[in-house]
Amino acid sequence: MMSSSAAPPRALVVGHGDFAAGLVSAVGAIAGRAGDFVALSNQGLTPDGIERAIRETVEGLSLVVVFTDLPGGSCTIAARKVQRLRPSLIVAAGSSAATLLDFAMNDAVPPRDAAARAVARGRDAMLLVEGAGAG
Amino acid sequence: MPVEVYRIDDRLIHGQVVVGWGQPLGVGFIVLVDDAVAGSDWEQDLYRMGVPPGMDVTFAALDSAVGDIAAYERDERPGIVLTGDIDTMRRLTEAVPEVRRVNLGGVHHSAGRVQRLRYLFLSPEEEAMLRDMAARGVEITAQDVPAARPLPLEQVLAGRDLT
Repeated sequence: MMSSSAAPPRALVVGHGDFAAGLVSAVGAIAGRAGDFVALSNQGLTPDGIERAIRETVEGLSLVVVFTDLPGGSCTIAARKVQRLRPSLIVAAGSSAATLLDFAMNDAVPPRDAAARAVARGRDAMLLVEGAGAG
Repeated sequence: MPVEVYRIDDRLIHGQVVVGWGQPLGVGFIVLVDDAVAGSDWEQDLYRMGVPPGMDVTFAALDSAVGDIAAYERDERPGIVLTGDIDTMRRLTEAVPEVRRVNLGGVHHSAGRVQRLRYLFLSPEEEAMLRDMAARGVEITAQDVPAARPLPLEQVLAGRDLT
């Protein structure tokens, strides 16, 4: 688990491998806001272990937003299981750097509102650029 | 088209199964053999979330899966039969001797288990179950994704060449 700021984190990021740490690092490099997030990897964890780690983190830090990687991946499934017991929790799946940056920079609104906008921004940030030689 | 993979993976239906194996094999269906999930509509909805359009998913209790294996094998589409634990696969192979190959795809850390691979932790009881399956002629290999080299069970348990 990684957090890197004196300010209290506002959301948990959980994903496969170094996905979460990488995204949080990117947010830090781009906007200096890595401390808004806690990063968690599912590496080596059973489904119960992922679920427990998410639950303990959101409870310990009073977080209400969890960003995950794949919508149908084990991290999202674990987060959804935690959400079932904590219905106030918001799970945002399919996260990207654009998603987290928007959330980090939109700190004047409640986390649930910031998460909703961040998901929309992340979706809109997807772009396909074809070169002149694309067939 | 036979079932392409009989896999043990405690994360059940997730990215590695659907994308990692599903796409290169052109998988048309996944059967999740798990008594608990078969009895929970909520969990079934959760696992369906990860399955793309065009890929069917069936949630089966062990008893019904045993009776349906022949139908899965007759399906024209490539398929994956998945269990979340070693004991369920052991019982499946015991009841259906035609299942000759099992893939160890992911059994993660918990109390009493010893790490064998990055994605494989086994308790002594689980090792005994795997040896039992192997003694009945089931070929067991560990391989988390298709691009990885399949490691035979004996090699995994001997702790050799586990890179």
